[in-house]
Amino acid sequence: MEQKRIFVSGNDAVAMGARLARPHVISAYPITPQTIVVERLSDYVEDGSLEAEFMYVESEHSAMSAAMGVSSVGARAFTATSSQGLLHMAEAMHYASGARFPIVMMNANRAVAVPWSIYGDQRDSLGLLDSGWIQVYVEDAQEALDMTIQAYKIAEKPDVLTPFMVNLDGFVLTHTYEPVCIPAQEMVDQFLPTYETTNKMDLDNPTSLCFSSAPADNMEFKYVQNQGMEASRAHIEQIDKEYGDMFGRYYGGMTESYKCEDAEVVLVTLGSVTGTARTVVDELRDQGHKVGVFKIRYMRPFPEMELRQLGEKVKILGILEKNFSFGYEGTVFTNVNSALTSLEEVPYTQNFIAGFGGRDISKDNVLDMFNMLLKKEGKRVEFIGLGVEIDG
Amino acid sequence: MANQKRITARTMTDNEYFYGHKACAGCGATVAVRLALKVLGERSYSVLPANCMSAVSFIYPQMAFATNAMIAPFPATGAMLAGVAAGAKALGIKDFHAVGFAGDGGTADIGFQALSGAIDRGDKIIYICYDNEAYMNTGIQKSGLTPYGTKTTTSPAGENRPGAMRHKKNMFEIVAAHGIEYAATASIGYPQDFLDKLQKAAQCETTSYIHVYASCPTGWGTPTHTSIEIAKEAVDTGLWYLAEYENGEFKLNKNPKDLQDPKDYLTKQGRFKHLKDEDMDVIIENRDKQWDRMRKSWL
Repeated sequence: MEQKRIFVSGNDAVAMGARLARPHVISAYPITPQTIVVERLSDYVEDGSLEAEFMYVESEHSAMSAAMGVSSVGARAFTATSSQGLLHMAEAMHYASGARFPIVMMNANRAVAVPWSIYGDQRDSLGLLDSGWIQVYVEDAQEALDMTIQAYKIAEKPDVLTPFMVNLDGFVLTHTYEPVCIPAQEMVDQFLPTYETTNKMDLDNPTSLCFSSAPADNMEFKYVQNQGMEASRAHIEQIDKEYGDMFGRYYGGMTESYKCEDAEVVLVTLGSVTGTARTVVDELRDQGHKVGVFKIRYMRPFPEMELRQLGEKVKILGILEKNFSFGYEGTVFTNVNSALTSLEEVPYTQNFIAGFGGRDISKDNVLDMFNMLLKKEGKRVEFIGLGVEIDG
Repeated sequence: MANQKRITARTMTDNEYFYGHKACAGCGATVAVRLALKVLGERSYSVLPANCMSAVSFIYPQMAFATNAMIAPFPATGAMLAGVAAGAKALGIKDFHAVGFAGDGGTADIGFQALSGAIDRGDKIIYICYDNEAYMNTGIQKSGLTPYGTKTTTSPAGENRPGAMRHKKNMFEIVAAHGIEYAATASIGYPQDFLDKLQKAAQCETTSYIHVYASCPTGWGTPTHTSIEIAKEAVDTGLWYLAEYENGEFKLNKNPKDLQDPKDYLTKQGRFKHLKDEDMDVIIENRDKQWDRMRKSWL
């Protein structure tokens, strides 16, 4: 299991993961903090280490549309974006999932204007939860590389055929340098076979794709599309195991729990803030508090079963997210609560909104959250670390 | 094209690649698509944005394209088409054509950026704009290629305005200004000229563009049996023109000694019926200015 270990950023790791997955075509448009990914991939194409075509498109909408064109003939497509760029391609994202094109895209999670900010939060991708894409949120550069490879294997399964978004927290992950193991190409080739599909335009067997459907059929297409997304659950678990057996790294599939077995209070997280939460849990455990962290890895498909299993054991849950749905609450919170409603005894839940526009979520912030949960204090939806006095 | 047999009405294939669609009677755009696919053949991938041609030919389960075809997001014909070409090339597929069929709005307005990007990259695609001078699929709204004085549902003609207030965007020269390998204008009223230009586009190694004038009886308020005739008259009156841009040079393909008076062409169309003499003068003055320029430098 020989693997080279090098010191690279999250963006580098994604580019290397994409190279190992051997896409036929990369179509991308630069946007901070994703830019390094497309720069590296351009370099790889230029220096011949990646045999692919790099299409320097003129917008993100075209990046996704070109990727769909690539996928429509049965070739493998990769793109990457962030924030405003992701929203600019929103139309094409619904299109790609409806057309069942297993495109893989890296998204550098970044705030959405206005106010302008190049720094991280998760309002971009969570705003597109309903676009029909599988969404995974990684925690470090190694996971970013590994998931870029796994993404193709999951997305391209014939019973899945669903596009796949790998989310990295902007700057915190994209620009932080870490030691990353780079798998050997031969092993990745063994793990990830070439893409074979019947969902393509074929010169020997012409067809029409991306067509219209009348009211009599439209709903059935969307129903079948959801079956593809649902089918990905089993593959996510299986491929995590398969990848771990081959490369030595397991991520836990849909979710990952930390010290939840005997916990009375658990904080549910998404993305890189999980590391901070684990440290706080260790400190609180030292003080005798039975606390844990439950990381959601996949927002779509949503880990409802895993959350119900958690809710059966743990009766106080906090949900921390860098996201908000104006006029209501955090979308992760809404989703978690929805999963818990079928339990006989529904746990106490509280929503922590934090980290907008790149604001740090400190250990003290997380400690405050646990303290509120332990005492069942505070509002149902708490904005953490606000610098202004807010009525009510 | 030198070593290739010229495709004419006599020699073209009897195979049909676009039929069974639900287009209006007398639709000019269907003529453009049908002829284009007869020239480009069965190893074609067609990409069409949301437009009349896609609306009438892709309704599950009845597909009107016998060749590979798909609908693109409205702004994305150029990008999706380029992706098809790049993907097919990367897979080692040879001897194929990637052809786009977008309308005037899908080309000059919402699809302009993606088209410009594709020409800039020099992607090996054939982009055909069928120009019926308004957004017909949504029910006759003004586009960037709607000519001065046209009555549409968003440029109504009344006491205060003659309909559309601006002349057509000059897409042919805008495309040429990119330094494209081959660009041409055509009309379904001059089919042999269109066939010749399609054959030239098919030989290009990079991007080619054909802007074909295609009548629309429904949107223009004309009888369905006059579609070819009216598309011919547009050229004969000088309100449209047949030209090419090749090897960095413009060339006027048809230069009538005297342009016909456009008044008859205009008044017999519902969309222009309301025009007053002074509106006609604006149209003729603009036409003459353009022809002076073309005759000076494109011959």
